[in-house]
Amino acid sequence: MKNAVGREIPEELLNSGLRNGKGYEVYQGKGYRDGKYIKKQGPTTKIYQKPSESKILPSIREAVIKSGLKDGMTVSFHHHFRDGDYIVNMVMKEIVDLGIKDITIAASSLGSAHDPIADYIEQGIVTGIQTSGIRGRMGDVVSHGKLKTPAILRSHGGRVRAVEEGDVHIDVAFIGAPTCDEYGNARALGGKSDCGVLSYAVPDSEYADKVVVITDTLVPYPNFPASIHGINVDYVVKVDEIGNPKKIASAAARMTQNPRDLMMAENVAKIMTSTPWFKDGFSFQTGAGGPSLAVNRFLEPLMVERGIKMAWAIGGITGPICELQRKGLVGKIIDVQDFDVAAIEDIRTNPNHYEMTASEYANPANKGAFVNKLDFVVLAALEVDIDFNVNVITGSDGVLRGAPGGHPDTAEGAKCCIIVTPLTRGRMATICEKVVTVTTPGDCVDVVVTDYGLSVNPKRQDIIECLDKAGIKHVPIKELQEKAYSMVGKPDDLQWKDKVVAILEARDGTILDVVREIKPYEM
Amino acid sequence: MELKAVGTAGTLESSDVMITIEPTKSGGIDLSLESSVINQYGRQIKAQVLDSLKRLGVENAKVIVNDHGALDCTIKARVECAYYRGCQCDVDGTYPWGGVIR
Repeated sequence: MKNAVGREIPEELLNSGLRNGKGYEVYQGKGYRDGKYIKKQGPTTKIYQKPSESKILPSIREAVIKSGLKDGMTVSFHHHFRDGDYIVNMVMKEIVDLGIKDITIAASSLGSAHDPIADYIEQGIVTGIQTSGIRGRMGDVVSHGKLKTPAILRSHGGRVRAVEEGDVHIDVAFIGAPTCDEYGNARALGGKSDCGVLSYAVPDSEYADKVVVITDTLVPYPNFPASIHGINVDYVVKVDEIGNPKKIASAAARMTQNPRDLMMAENVAKIMTSTPWFKDGFSFQTGAGGPSLAVNRFLEPLMVERGIKMAWAIGGITGPICELQRKGLVGKIIDVQDFDVAAIEDIRTNPNHYEMTASEYANPANKGAFVNKLDFVVLAALEVDIDFNVNVITGSDGVLRGAPGGHPDTAEGAKCCIIVTPLTRGRMATICEKVVTVTTPGDCVDVVVTDYGLSVNPKRQDIIECLDKAGIKHVPIKELQEKAYSMVGKPDDLQWKDKVVAILEARDGTILDVVREIKPYEM
Repeated sequence: MELKAVGTAGTLESSDVMITIEPTKSGGIDLSLESSVINQYGRQIKAQVLDSLKRLGVENAKVIVNDHGALDCTIKARVECAYYRGCQCDVDGTYPWGGVIR
């Protein structure tokens, strides 16, 4: 069945029971579920009425046993430790050593730190993956059809919705935390491996049947203000190291010096200033990629010139936005993840830098997340096609190696979504006829800025008028695609087998696209 | 002009291609191709290499192509350079500038 972005979704997938037994719908377009109702599916949790002094267990193994984890169950993890994470591998090793099998991993994201999971997939021990990001060897084995069930890939907001709605039921959540007290109150600050916030782990703590916090720094009770509350936690385990601090937070997100990136960033800033939303009190999110991050630098003089301030910034936070705030140009920073040491340092000391939950950030099914009030978002892309669909998950070889993250959430929520990407990367045409996989639907994407010109989605006549009035030149996106192909040649279509290896869920839980098993290349 | 030795041109940098041409007596062109963009451009890279060899009049050779996303113009230039180095033009300075190299 064809969905609203023109992708053929196999009928048999719709009633395959992959959505925790419920049927799937195909993507119907932006805002499809607005005004409808959901019934939240609460967890079954144990009563702790009798007073006790501590929830500390001696080992992860003990916690796995006590949690009652059995064959066929689902475990969850968060990705605040990014490439420095030790938790996933440590926990999965104990689960495998205990002989438990048919496990589904439902993580907020997974990365190249989790290569060992690829082995468990190949051995048939891990049979389900639900995540935002999938990379490295895991992406490779899944793309080659080794995972028993299709991986389910969701945006950050879509994941919270899925957890709340019971599309995925978490049996045991394992939450790594920089600090924790003996009763499970956990924070992201004050330990050896601080990650700033624990936003993505909050829904897990509230919706999993059993919750285990794993820390390397025990602190006195009560560890407040807590990100993960002890009232939701069954067990606490202390280990030597939860992660590698150097890989958890990069030293500093380096500001690009690449003139091409800077030119694109400057053009993004100019586009923003030409719209009616660039006024005192505007809101903003930008990604951590080179050109997106550089937009901060060009916004500053334009804000000063007009005498306006940003009311709030959200998202994955980096040093440059904190710096802008120190200069008095940003009211509040509302933080769902920290990408560098500067951002972590800032939330430690700055009273106007707040932690929010993943639901507050981007959940489409709550009563209004931050993204719904966002004016501008500036995002990157691996590919954008002539229908403005964006791909951030599959590479040019069709292998899974990315993450939708907050991309689809902010793109749908923001009044003006700007994608910034070079026209070509090596021989890859970034602006193409048809993206390999749709991860953000074109009806949510408003402007695409490249180093060879920019294009506005024809659905956004209001933005076109703004640019025309400001004298900013733009072209139909088809022209950008043709320019790209004239430089690198028209790419051949990728060759696929029939088997669906991953489902791309739209943030509302409908199917946006599927990824099939890649066929080895034959000349 | 005749292939006398192994000729190599190019690097393994991204957006470049390394071409190695080894003379053989018979058997036509034995091409082995590796590329970071093979799924989308393998066919075109092969065609470009074979086309360049044909234009240079190479009938028998073992050709190794290690591509990291080079554009067609780069592939063409690297094939030409590898061939003329194989013909030892760099030794005697007999590159046929103008006309043949284009």
